[in-house]
Amino acid sequence: MARSAQPVGISAWAGAAVAALVLTVIAVPLGAVMLRADASSGLGPADWAAVRFTVGQAFLSALFSVGLAIPVARALARRNFRGRSALIALMGAPFILPVIVAVLGLLTVFGRQGALSEILRLFGLPGVEIYGLHGVVLAHVFFNLPLAVRLILQGWLAIPVERFRLAATLGFSSRDIARHMERPMLRNVLPGAFLVIFLICTTSFAVALTLGGGPRATTVELAIYQAFLFDFDLGRAALLGLVQVAICVIAGVFVLWVATPNAIGTGLDQQVERWDGQSRAARLLDGAFITAAALFLLLPLTAVVLRGAGAIATMPPSIWVAALRSIALSLVTASVAVGMALPMAMLIARGRARGLLETIGALSIAVSPLVIGTGLFLILRPIAGPTDMALPVTGLVNALAALPFVLRALVPAVEQAEAGYGRLALSLGLSGPNYLRHVLLPRLRRPLGFGAGLAAALSMGDLGVITLFAAPQQGTLPLEMYRLMGSYRTDDAQGAALLLLVLSLAIFWIFDRGGRVNAAV
Amino acid sequence: MKGKVTMKTPLIASGLILAAGMASADTPVLTIYTYDSFTSDWGPGPAVEAAFEETCGCDLQFVGAGDGASLLARLRLEGDSTDADIVLGLDTNLIAAARETGLFADHGVDASNLTLPVAWQDDQFLPFDWGYFAFVHDTDMQNVPTSFTELAESDARIVIQDPRSSTPGLGLLMWVKYVYGDAAEAVWEALADNIVTVTPGWSEAYGLFLEGEADMVLSYTTSPAYHLIAEEDDTRTAALFDAGHYLQIEVAGMVEGSDHADLARDFLAFMLTPAFQSVIPTTNWMYPAALPASDLPEGFDTLIQPQPGLIFTPEEAAALRDEALEEWRAALSQ
Repeated sequence: MARSAQPVGISAWAGAAVAALVLTVIAVPLGAVMLRADASSGLGPADWAAVRFTVGQAFLSALFSVGLAIPVARALARRNFRGRSALIALMGAPFILPVIVAVLGLLTVFGRQGALSEILRLFGLPGVEIYGLHGVVLAHVFFNLPLAVRLILQGWLAIPVERFRLAATLGFSSRDIARHMERPMLRNVLPGAFLVIFLICTTSFAVALTLGGGPRATTVELAIYQAFLFDFDLGRAALLGLVQVAICVIAGVFVLWVATPNAIGTGLDQQVERWDGQSRAARLLDGAFITAAALFLLLPLTAVVLRGAGAIATMPPSIWVAALRSIALSLVTASVAVGMALPMAMLIARGRARGLLETIGALSIAVSPLVIGTGLFLILRPIAGPTDMALPVTGLVNALAALPFVLRALVPAVEQAEAGYGRLALSLGLSGPNYLRHVLLPRLRRPLGFGAGLAAALSMGDLGVITLFAAPQQGTLPLEMYRLMGSYRTDDAQGAALLLLVLSLAIFWIFDRGGRVNAAV
Repeated sequence: MKGKVTMKTPLIASGLILAAGMASADTPVLTIYTYDSFTSDWGPGPAVEAAFEETCGCDLQFVGAGDGASLLARLRLEGDSTDADIVLGLDTNLIAAARETGLFADHGVDASNLTLPVAWQDDQFLPFDWGYFAFVHDTDMQNVPTSFTELAESDARIVIQDPRSSTPGLGLLMWVKYVYGDAAEAVWEALADNIVTVTPGWSEAYGLFLEGEADMVLSYTTSPAYHLIAEEDDTRTAALFDAGHYLQIEVAGMVEGSDHADLARDFLAFMLTPAFQSVIPTTNWMYPAALPASDLPEGFDTLIQPQPGLIFTPEEAAALRDEALEEWRAALSQ
C-alpha cells in the first residue's frame, strides 16, 4: 500500500464531495418522505419477516453467484480461445435485462414447459419446479453471475504478467500459483464483489415474488410498495428505507472487516500469458466450467432473441423514439458515473476512511428507488414540473446506482497503480493533472471502459425512478416495454426487449473495447 | 411540451415556463392524470384526446402515473397543489380512499345512460369502463372449474397477482371475500396448492400464463377478445363461475378547485358519449360504461356472460380490505 504516497490534492476533495453528494441524494429524499408522513403504524411482524427473507435470499444469491464465478473467471483468465472476448461480453447481458424479460427467458429453460423439464420427461422423470427459494436464488445467480465473473476476472487480469513468468521460472504448479498469487488476489476482490451482489439482491422485488411462489417471498422492497401504494403509510415506507440503509451498513462493515488490502504489487502492464494449467485435466476442467456458464447464461438469452426477432420490424414507432432517448440517457449516465467514481476511487485507494467511503458508495443500490424517487418528487415538485425533471433526475439516480459497480472495477486498479508508481511519481515530482494523465489514467483504461460500459448498459435497462416522473411521451425503452406488456402486446414487448438487449450490449461493448485499445501501453 | 405546467406552478419556475407557454396562452390546458396504459399509443388516450380537442377549444394533456394505485398515491403526495383537473382510472376499491382525500368535487353530470350490470350512484365518481374478473385459460383445457371450491379440488395450476401491488390481485381478494365471507380464509388455504405463484402485477402473471407455466391466469372476461380481434387467435377463453364474477369498475372524477372546472365537467360528460365510449373496447379491452351491447365490436359477442356481477360498495370494500388481506397472507404463507 502506498498510503499518502501522493499529497492530498484536488482529487481528494473531489472524492469527498462525491461521497457527500451520494449521502445527500439518499438521506434528503428519505427525510422528505418521513417529514411528509402522517401517523405511521411502525414496523409489524410481517415487515420483520420480510427483512429476514430479504437478507436470507440475498446472502444465498451472493454466495452462489460469487462461488460459481471463481472457477469460471479462473478458466477465462487461463484460456485463450477464439471468440473469448465476445463470449465475455455476451455473458454480461443478463445483468442488464429488464427483470420480466430475464424471468421469461429463464422459464424457457427451467419452466414447466422449459427445455430442462422436457429432457427430464424423456427419461420418465418429473419436470423441474422453479417456484420457491431455489428459484429466486437461481434467477439472482443468472442476473449476477456475469457481474461476479467480470469483477473477479478484472482481479485476475490485474496480476502482473511478470509474476506468472517468475512463477513459471520457479516451476510453480497451479496449486502454488493459487496459493501465492491467486488467493491473495481473491481475498482482495471477493468481499467487494459479494457485497455489491448481496446488496443488489436485497432490493429485489419482482424476481423474488414472481419466482418465490407466494407471500412468503415478500421482500423489504415489496413491503415498501405495500406501505406506499396499498396503505399510503409514508412513515412506514421511509422506516423500511432506513432498514435497507442499516442492512447495507452492517453488510459493508462486515465485508470490509473480512477484506484485506491488495498486496500483489505491480508489473510492467503487459498482457497476461499463462504457463501453468496446461495439463489435459486442467484444460478439460476449464472448458467444462466455461461451457456450463455459457449454456446457463446464453440459452435463456437465445430464447429472448428468437422471440423478439419476429416482432422487431413491426413495433410501434414510439419504441424507436424511446430507444433514442434511452441511448442519450445512458451516455450521460456513464459519463456522470465515471466522473464521480474516479475521484472517489482515488480517495479510497489512499486508505482514508476506506470503509466509510465504500459503504457510502454502495448505499445507492441498497436503498429503494421507490423511496428515493418519492422523496425527490416531493422535494423537486415545488421547484419545477416533474416531467421537466424526468430525464435529469433519472440520469443522476442511474449514475448513482451505477457508482458502486464502477467503484468496484476502479478501486483495485487505482490501488495497484498507486502502490506501483505512486512513489516513483512523487520522486519525479509528478502530481495533480500530470500524475493523472501520465500515470493513473493509462493504467485505468480497462476498468474505466468496463465501468463506463456497465453504467451505460445498466442505465439502458433500468426502470428506476423514471416511472414517477415521466410524462406519457417521455418513456424510456424499458418503460415502453412494460407499457406494451401491460396491454397484451406481448409480441411487441418481446421485440422491444430484444432491441434493449442489443443496444445495451452494443453500448457496453463499445466502452469496454475502447478501454482495451492499446491495453499494454 | 408547450404549456405543460399550469397556473399552479410556483413563481420560481414561471420565468422558464413563460416563454414556452406564450404560444398557447389563450388555450386552456385540461390536465388529466391517468394510468400509463391509458395514454400509450395503442391505448384509448390518443383517440380520446383528438375527439375532445375537436370541440373543446382546449389543449387536453394526459399525465401517466403507473397504475390505478400509483395514480392515487401521486395525487395524495401532491395534495391541494396538484396540477390535475381530472383523475381518470381509479377503481371501486380505491374510491373510498380517494374520497377521503377531500380533493374531489361533485361532478353534476347526468349518468342515466350508464350500461353497467349494476346500479351506479356516486356524486363524485363517474364510471368510464368496467369488466368482470375471470380466470382465462386455453380452450383445450379439460374439466374447467365452475367455482373456487371446484378449482381448489382440481389440480389446475393458476397464476394470480399480489393484492398489495396489483388491482386485479385486490379484485380477486374481494371476489373470494364476497362469495365466501368468513370462510374466505379456508378457501384460500384450499387454493394454496393450485397457486403456482403470485406476481407483483398483471403483466408478469399474464406473461407466465402465455409461457405455459399455468393452466389459468386471473384476468378479465374480455381478455380473450384481444386474442380474437387483434391476433385472430380463438384458443383462449374464460371460465364461467356459477356464483357470479366480481366487477372492476373504473372511474374518473374532477378535482376540487380546478382552474378549469367547466371544462373538466364538459370532459366528464363527453366521457359518457359514444365518441369516448366506442374507443374503449378495442384499446382498453374492457366494456364501455355507457354503450349498448349491440354497439360492441364484433368478437365481443363470443365472450362468456357472467351472472350476476358482484361488487362491494366502496365503503364496504375499504372496511373489509385489511382483514381480507391478512386472511390471504396467512393462508398462503403456510
